[in-house]
Order: sequence, then C-alpha cells, then structure tokens
Amino acid sequence: MLLEIRDLHVSVGETDILKGLNLTVNPGEVHAIMGPNGSGKSTLANVIAGRPEFTVVRGEVSYQGRDLMALLPEERAREGVFMAFQYPAELAGVRTWQFLKASVDAVRKHRGMKELSIREFDRLLDEKRRMVRIDADMVKRSVNEGYSGGEKKRNEVLQMAMLDPTLAVLDETDSGLDIDALRIVADGVNSFRSPSKAIVMVTHYQRILGYVSPDRVHVLLDGRIVRSGGRELALELEEKGYDWVRAEAA
Amino acid sequence: MTQTLTRYERYEADFHALDTAGRPQWLQDLRQTAWTRFLDLGFPTARRGNEKWKYTNAAPIARMEFGHDGRSRPNGLSAETTDAAIPRHDAWSQLVFVDGVFAEALSSRPESTDEVRVSSLEEAVLSNSETVESHLARHTPFEDDGFAALNTAFLRDGAFVHVAAGADVETPIHLVFLSTGNAAPTVSYPRALIVAENGSRATVIESYAGLNGGRYFSNSVSEMVIGEGAEVEHYRLQEESEAAFHVGSARVVLGEGGAYSSGAFSRGAALGRYDLSVLLDGPGSACRLSGLYVTSGTQHLDNNINIEHAKPYTTSRLNYKGILDGRSRAVFGGTVLVRKEAQKTDASQSDKNLVLSPYAEVDSKPALFIYADDVKCGHGATAGNIDEETVFYMRSRGMDVDTASRLLIHGFASETVDTVREPNLRAYLESQFLDTLPGRRLEF
Repeated sequence: MLLEIRDLHVSVGETDILKGLNLTVNPGEVHAIMGPNGSGKSTLANVIAGRPEFTVVRGEVSYQGRDLMALLPEERAREGVFMAFQYPAELAGVRTWQFLKASVDAVRKHRGMKELSIREFDRLLDEKRRMVRIDADMVKRSVNEGYSGGEKKRNEVLQMAMLDPTLAVLDETDSGLDIDALRIVADGVNSFRSPSKAIVMVTHYQRILGYVSPDRVHVLLDGRIVRSGGRELALELEEKGYDWVRAEAA
Repeated sequence: MTQTLTRYERYEADFHALDTAGRPQWLQDLRQTAWTRFLDLGFPTARRGNEKWKYTNAAPIARMEFGHDGRSRPNGLSAETTDAAIPRHDAWSQLVFVDGVFAEALSSRPESTDEVRVSSLEEAVLSNSETVESHLARHTPFEDDGFAALNTAFLRDGAFVHVAAGADVETPIHLVFLSTGNAAPTVSYPRALIVAENGSRATVIESYAGLNGGRYFSNSVSEMVIGEGAEVEHYRLQEESEAAFHVGSARVVLGEGGAYSSGAFSRGAALGRYDLSVLLDGPGSACRLSGLYVTSGTQHLDNNINIEHAKPYTTSRLNYKGILDGRSRAVFGGTVLVRKEAQKTDASQSDKNLVLSPYAEVDSKPALFIYADDVKCGHGATAGNIDEETVFYMRSRGMDVDTASRLLIHGFASETVDTVREPNLRAYLESQFLDTLPGRRLEF
C-alpha cells in the first residue's frame, strides 16, 4: 500500500471541506478523482502536498506506512510526494533552470544520492524537457512568468519528471488545455507510469482519461468519496452527470 | 539657533580656508554665490510642505561637526586597499578620488584623445576649459537645494569627462569616490561633470565607498549633459561605510533624440539620499532609470527622482526596487512632470518593495503632474513580504524555507541587475551584491 487515507476530515478556517474521506492507492495504480466544483477535490490534493492553510481535524493519511501529515511540505516532496498545481505560482527573477536545480539537489540529497554536476543536470533536463516539448530558451526564463496556461501545465509535468516522485497527485492538470497540449501532458504522465509508482488525477472532465487510462475512478461529493469503480464509471458520469450519483448517495 | 550658527561657523572657516589660488574668477564667483545661497537655505528640514524631505530627516547631518581638508592626499593608500571596496576591471578607465581629491597614483586614465578627455576637474579648470566653464554648475539648481549649494561652495576638484561629437567610447569610465573615514568626522564634496556631445556614446560608472568604518559625510553632485542623439549609460554604486552619511545628486539634461540609462544600486551608509533629476529637454529624448536599494539594521535610504518631460515625444521608464530588512527604512519619491508642450509623452514609473521584516518600513510616493493632454503615463508602487503561496510552491518541490526565500529575494533583485549592460559590472553585482542579500527565515 502506497497511500492510505482513513476518515479524513479537513477544514479551512471555519469551513469543513473533507468530511470523512477514505482512499487506498497501491503502487502501479492510476486513480482518478472526479466530482463537481466545490466537492473537495483540490483540497484533497493540497492536503497531501501539505498546504499550510488546511487543518486536518480528524483522520489519518499514511504514505509508505508513515504519517504523512507529520511531515513538512518539503519533507513530503523529498520522500517522493509530488503535486502538480492547478495554478502554479509565478517566480519573478527565478529561472526555471535554477529552480529545478535547487529542487533536484534538495530531493537527491535527502535520498542519499550525490549532487548532479551541472553537466549531468543539463543532460537530464534536456531529456525531460524534450518529452514535454519545452524548448531550451524557456528554462532560462523566470518560472511560469509569461507562460501560457498550457506552458505552465507542461512545466508542472517537467518538474514531476525531474523530481521522479513515487506518488504524483495531479490537480486538474488537464483543465484549460487544448487538444495538442493535453496529448503532450498525457504522454508525460504515461511515461511516468511504472509498477512502483502511483498517480492520483484530480479532474473535472473525463477527457484526459481517454489518454491516461485509470485503474480506479472515484466520485467525490461534498467531502466524501461516494462511489468508486473502474474506467466505465467515468463514462457513465460523462453521460449522466453528477446528479445521478448524488441521488443514489443520498 | 546658537547651535546652528556654531555649526555653520565650521563650514565657514573651511570655506574660507579652501585654497583656490590661481582659479579663474568665474569659479570664485560661483563658489561665493553658492556659499551665500547655502547660508540662506541651510540644511533641509522635514517641515510641513517640504515634500522632498518629508520622510528623511537630515538633522543628524546638520547636527554633526565635520572637518574638511581640501588638500588631503591619499597617504599610504594602495590599489589593493581601494580595490577591495569597489568593483574594478582592468579594461575600464578609472579615476579615483580620495575625500574628493584626485588620486593620480590610484587611477588609470586613458590618454586624452580627440574623442574623449578624462581628467580631474581641477586640471580642466586650470587649463581654462571652455566646456567646463559653460557647463559646470549650470545644470544644478542649487538655488533650492542646500546640499547642492554646499557642494558647489566647496567646488575645487572632481571628475571631468568630455566625449567629443560622434565619438563612441567603448571603454567604461569608472569614477571612484572614496572616503577615508578617520576618527574625527570628515566631509568631502565629490563632484563630476560629464559632457557627451552630439551623437556620442559613453558608459560612466560612479562608485562611492568608505575605506574605514569611521563616520563621514559624502556630499556629491554629478552633472551630465547629453547632446543631440547622444547615448549615455550611467551606473551608480553607493556602498558607503555603515556609519556614513551620503547625500548625492545627479542632474541630467538631454538634447533632441538623446538617450540616458541609469542603474543606481544603493546599500551603504547609515543615512543615504540620492536625488536624480532628468530633464528631457529635446524632442524624442528618452531615459530608462533602474534602481535597487537594499537596507538592513537601522539604515535609512532615500531615492528621490524627478523626471521632467519638457519636449514632445519624450519617453521615460522608471523601475526601482527595494529590499528592506531589520528596522530599516526606505523612501522612494518619484515625480514625473509633463510640461504642456510635451505632447506624446510616454512615461511609466514603478517602485516595488520586498519588506522582509515587520519592523522595516518603506514610504513610496510616485507622483505624476501632467499639463499636456496627449500623453501615456502610468505609475505604481507595491510593498509586501515574500508571498506565502509562492514559498509553498517551492517547498512542495523539496526546497526548505531558507532556500526558497533566498531564491526569491535573489530573483527579485536580479531583475534589476539583469538590466546592467556592461558585462564586467554585471558580474561584479551578481557576485558581490546579489550573493550578500539578506536571507530570511519566514515563520509559517
């Protein structure tokens, strides 16, 4: 078991968002979390990554058998947890190259691997950026500054590829992408799939599931997973909408 | 009041003691006029209505007694001592002034040619340079500026750069103003006159630094005349000693189609003030002003910028940034004045501040005064700490808060350093300026 979430209750300020969420993710699996706006999808992704403003009121999140909530965001990243942001921050004056080097250095150091030389790092970066079709000039620019929506999402996938996490949580990485960008992102995600890694895709639409085939699909409604199934559940949702699940869950 | 008189007595004694034998009458008259004006104006106070000194208190300077020796010579100073305090590059022409007086032995100036003359002002005055007489103190309105009046009253030496029409001077000219800062507080009056004739090009770097930790007062005035179609790149590094007072000004006048770009980097002095005034006096002239101020401890740094669009089709771009830490304070005053005649003016000004400590404070006051009706003008100012969302983004990539903050602060400042076109100066700023920025441990 890679990730196990049991009875998770999360609030922001006075508002309860997750209200007893359960989820189990095994190595090698791809999970899709679907649900309408405001159901708590993004909160789930951000809680896993360790966003400070969320308070875990109750429940457990264990990652590789450890209490994930006890770790700082940077410790989670070094332990192999990665979240692709829905709205990645823009870092004025911090070049993508510099940013990735600092990230990769921090993660490798923690994992007891030797620091990459500039040359080794460049070789790795060249390989990974080609995969998501980010050109050499772009990594010299400030992180996400002046990037198009699609470029930002591809940059998230580039970071995932560079950091080589064990658990990747994609927070609406597919939203706002045209068909070409969606394909590039999906290819990047597919090439990341392996028997030892897992992916949790938070998404609003089943569109990306046509490119990245999930093992499990979950419907998140009002802070709880109310239905789980295989790939066919996504198609059913596409056809019938969420009201159908809502009616059944009630 | 009595105290005030005593204070000026010291300046007065030094004024009369300044050896100006053999100087032309026009210079003697100029000094006398400036002295009289200084006695009328005195040092500025933050009194009501004095917008230019509203947030900076000059009283610590006014209260202190500073000795002045216009004949002091740099005894025992070697290039090794001075190089530690300033950027330098073998390819640059360099004029070094110690306590305002030209130090030939520490300088490496080019031979004067038909294209460019780089000399001390004293030499230029003694050789009856017409250029000096027609420009010196003609562009600095010391009538309403006590500090400029005082500097002019003590005008004896300084730097003189004259670029001939059409000349393209590739070698940057570095003017270095060092203060020795000995046990007793001293004052010096650095002065520079730069004249770039029509169609010429030049790069001028000014550095201000202290050699010892002592308290001193550096009161500088630079004048720059940029002819028609001429281009001047001007960089200014204020790296005075921790205990120093620094009040400097630069006045720049541009002719038709002239271009002026400036990069002002300040991080020294206990109390520092820089007045930069640009007069866009020819149609189509343009200026691009960048600045970075870094304050910590109980420092107080003030940048006061005045841009006057006097003619049509003139352009100004003003981008300043500040990084504040500790209990320091920074002031940014930026005024853009668009005269009625200056139609088609395009002006923008921005001042952004990174305030790292809850005890630090910035007063940022950009202002526009527009009297023409067909113009494009904008301004803005921001102040804030490092964005928590941004730090979370970086932490989620494995960086700790320290590393994330350092990268963000470095990135914020490097946007200004990147505007420096002279590669050797940019390299200096990257290694000496960016790498010594305050770090910040943020609490989350």
